[in-house]
Amino acid sequence: MNRFGYTRAGDVAEAVHAAAGDDAAQFIAGGTNLVDLMKERIAAPSRLIDITRLPLRAVKSLPDGGLEIGALVSNSDVAYHPEVASRYPLLSQAILAGASPQLRNMASTGGNLLQRTRCYYFYDAALPCNKRAPGSGCPARDGVNRIHAILGASEHCIAVHPSDMCVALAALAATVHVTGPAGARAIEFAEFHRLPGDAPERDTTLQPGELVTAVALPREGFAAHSTYLKVRDRHSYAFALVSVAVGLRMVDGTIAEARLALGGVAHKPWRDPTAEALLRGQRPDDALFAAVGEHLVRDARGCGHNDFKIALVRRAVVRALQQAVAGGPRA
Amino acid sequence: MTTGKTGAPHDRVDGRAKVTGQARYAGEFTAPDLVHGFVVTSAIARGKIVRIDAAEALALPGVLQVYTHENAPRLAWRDRSWRDMVAPGGSPLRPLHDAEVQFSGQPIALVVAESFELAREAAGLVKVDYEAAPHETRLAEVEAEAHEPARGKKGYTPPPKPRGRADEALAAAPVRVEATYEHPPLHHNPMEPHATTVIVEADGSLTIHDKTQGVTNSRDYVCKVFGLASDQVRVVTPFVGGGFGSGLRPQYQLFLAVLAARELRRSVRVVLSRQQMFTIGYRPWTRQRVALGAERDGRLRALIHEAVGNTSRFEDYCENVVPWSGVLYECPNTRLEYGVAALDLYTPIDARAPGAVTGLWALESAIDELADALDIDPLALRLKNYAEEDQDHRRPFSSKALRDCYREGAARFGWHRRSLAARSMREGALQIGWAMATGIWEAQQAPSQAKALLTADCRLHVASASGEIGPGTYTIMSQIAAEQLGLPLAAVRFELGDTALPPAMIQGGSATASSVGSAVLAVCRALQHSLLKLAQTMPDSPFGGRALEDVEFVDRSLRLCSGVAPAVPIAAIMRHAGLGSIAEQTTAIPDLARQSRYTSNAHSAVFVEVAVDEALGTVTVRRVVSAVAGGRILNPKTARSQILGGVVWGIGMALEEHSMLDHGLGRFVNHNLGEYHVPVHADVPAIDVVFVEERDDVVNPLGVKGLGEIGIVGVAAAIANAVFHATGRRIRELPITLDKLL
Repeated sequence: MNRFGYTRAGDVAEAVHAAAGDDAAQFIAGGTNLVDLMKERIAAPSRLIDITRLPLRAVKSLPDGGLEIGALVSNSDVAYHPEVASRYPLLSQAILAGASPQLRNMASTGGNLLQRTRCYYFYDAALPCNKRAPGSGCPARDGVNRIHAILGASEHCIAVHPSDMCVALAALAATVHVTGPAGARAIEFAEFHRLPGDAPERDTTLQPGELVTAVALPREGFAAHSTYLKVRDRHSYAFALVSVAVGLRMVDGTIAEARLALGGVAHKPWRDPTAEALLRGQRPDDALFAAVGEHLVRDARGCGHNDFKIALVRRAVVRALQQAVAGGPRA
Repeated sequence: MTTGKTGAPHDRVDGRAKVTGQARYAGEFTAPDLVHGFVVTSAIARGKIVRIDAAEALALPGVLQVYTHENAPRLAWRDRSWRDMVAPGGSPLRPLHDAEVQFSGQPIALVVAESFELAREAAGLVKVDYEAAPHETRLAEVEAEAHEPARGKKGYTPPPKPRGRADEALAAAPVRVEATYEHPPLHHNPMEPHATTVIVEADGSLTIHDKTQGVTNSRDYVCKVFGLASDQVRVVTPFVGGGFGSGLRPQYQLFLAVLAARELRRSVRVVLSRQQMFTIGYRPWTRQRVALGAERDGRLRALIHEAVGNTSRFEDYCENVVPWSGVLYECPNTRLEYGVAALDLYTPIDARAPGAVTGLWALESAIDELADALDIDPLALRLKNYAEEDQDHRRPFSSKALRDCYREGAARFGWHRRSLAARSMREGALQIGWAMATGIWEAQQAPSQAKALLTADCRLHVASASGEIGPGTYTIMSQIAAEQLGLPLAAVRFELGDTALPPAMIQGGSATASSVGSAVLAVCRALQHSLLKLAQTMPDSPFGGRALEDVEFVDRSLRLCSGVAPAVPIAAIMRHAGLGSIAEQTTAIPDLARQSRYTSNAHSAVFVEVAVDEALGTVTVRRVVSAVAGGRILNPKTARSQILGGVVWGIGMALEEHSMLDHGLGRFVNHNLGEYHVPVHADVPAIDVVFVEERDDVVNPLGVKGLGEIGIVGVAAAIANAVFHATGRRIRELPITLDKLL
């Protein structure tokens, strides 16, 4: 069978040490994605380093007023954590819009960041895929691409990042804490995932052997005016065709600060500060929202089946901004 | 103690076994010498295998053998040996026969190893070089080459000859609608994947646990293909985790498991992966044109229905798509046509309500389009054209309570509150749509046998080689038997799914309750007869000179219907006769002389409410009422479940399901349940199921019509019609995904 080593790490240093020097080793926590990938012969790690015993299960308040979520806190525990639910409802909504209760109970915060695309071709080991087998080609571009990227894609890959949680984290401008052979560092969320370019096999900017230890949320959670709008092919248990995470800070009826990220449209959660700037200092208005939607898709390109996503982004952005102004999603 | 009865909502007698994991499915049987096979499938759609290299796979310790076309034994030569009971015309797939690849996903090797995981891993190491040939998987490209299907498929009836002059009548009709409707290939995806466990017995004979809807079909196929006598092969399948038609024909894992077991002389199990479930049959891709012509008052003058479904290049799968259009509405001028067109895909296979689901999706959409063109209520239009007899065959219906379905469904739905015009019902930002459609399915009976053994302790064992694909067969057969002999349900044990039992029809077409139920009824009647005869020999018997009509079996006893004499316990009758048990075996044969004078169909009326968020294109089904006329209902609880399942699948067909083809690769690509969408709980609203009273003494002695298919028929049209009523947009290509409404 597919033979691999297995190491159970007791702390972060041990885990990082176990991974050092073996680029084919992988950390495993909930295993909700990695185990599937192994079964489908998409991932073949030389060794699994079990990190579930690591002390990374705390949700802690930070001195700057932010909140730190340990990498092993389950998606469910994050979504229902009272501090998250009250101060960062955008994050709770986004998590609960994804997967199923069973998966959310198993899936970890760090693992959610690292889940891989759901591109049909990536998942079929009999077919070419630059992400799975670099240089083999991308059949999605001229194939079935209904669920694929309209922004930031490359000729090598048009896959999208599947996470809902990450779209909220992008809008909230979270920070990802990692520890690797070279020590600990912090990565801004916008820099954590990458566009495919000519190396679509790499989803993130993590260096070899680096382990996600925590995700930190800044103090501002946009609790009064946020929403996560997920548009998908069925009412539950489907990846987003387009999703929109919006956080607004409203002062006297004016948008003092705006955050907006898109899911389902690119190789990473798509955040465009110039679109946010259009909203800043403005009073809410459907024409303004439409202009923001238009601005977001100014460089969008469809591949055929996914052309509709361009129109859908425009509409979903308007709807999400309306909802955020109103205080949240409709009851 | 209460007597088990038909018509009562009994829980499933096998429910506990199922939910506690004691019910064993084909891939769960085992043997001490069991080894595991994993299938290697082709990556190309058409061409030849030029090299297949299994060296790396064989080098793994624990891998026993890799079977390919290069080393598989030569087997039966003639096509007819490979043709199973329900095969369509053509040359069935012969796995590992030669180097030719006829569709993407074709089985081209079987890796056998000591564990499943090892076999799967080794399968990934088999290297295959192909010489690809051009393939075609687009229906539009071959539609013009559609042909009449080759003969051979059981149950297929070519469309009836035209009545009147449909084209002239259409041209002359004051109001006309004409449109083309399409749905993509759809895979069944039962929860249980296809699986076979072949156990090699000490005497060399084979006991096969196969995921099949017909144990006899699997047994006969194996015997013919491998040249075995029928006593060398026994197929035992007590449970099937959903078939929906996908288990009607022997699938390739059966062949491969038997091949490996015979070569290795070891027990072998082969289970298909979910991806591989997209390499077997499917509901065919079908395009249909419907043209209707009507008077201004709504009376139909012309009906034209033409359909083309896909098949493979090697078999002509076919189904009854258009005949329903000739029978459902009264219309003097009809022309119905059907053809099949070959693509480089595997042969389709029956999928729940094959043909009717397809035909009614088009017909009932077109009727709704006509109602809109006429400005007439769609239900009123249907009533106006209600067929009182089968015009195509010029014979009466044995029963047809469709009018009651319309009335009862409309009342429960609140149809009278519907506003006629499209886009006329709103709720905040949502457009609301109310619509309906009709469903129809044929009521059939096929010959089946049953045997029964009644023991002196009043326990009854009844058996027939039928199947349990999930409808509640164990339960209703037990109910029929218990009722006939006045026993509690718990005193009856019904056994099925074993070729050692008396043969029954293959489980499909909604005909099991009718066919096997009639056999159970007949064998129990034979027992009744024997018991009455024996009772008549008792001293002072009150039954002297009495016939079966004069007596009844209640509370484990025989008594006169008139009640004038005390009841006599069955145990006492058998004790007096000195019998420990009584055995009977009977065949129930349809009364064709009588049945052929009538047309027998089940009907339904489906009412649907949808809410459409027009900005985002999302459709929510908010309410469904399904009113069904299905003859006598043996068990309202399992019957309701049948309809619920059908409606849920109908929602999937209308809004979600789509086996997506990459035409460049000629391959289905969304081959997993993450990306092949079926309804989840959040997609399914409250479903109100109502069975209207319908008596029918022609269809079969039980008066049942079967419920497996009728629940899904018409649902897709009802939903599409509701989307039109909500938005004014007519979507004629399923599924109605949000991009089509943006």
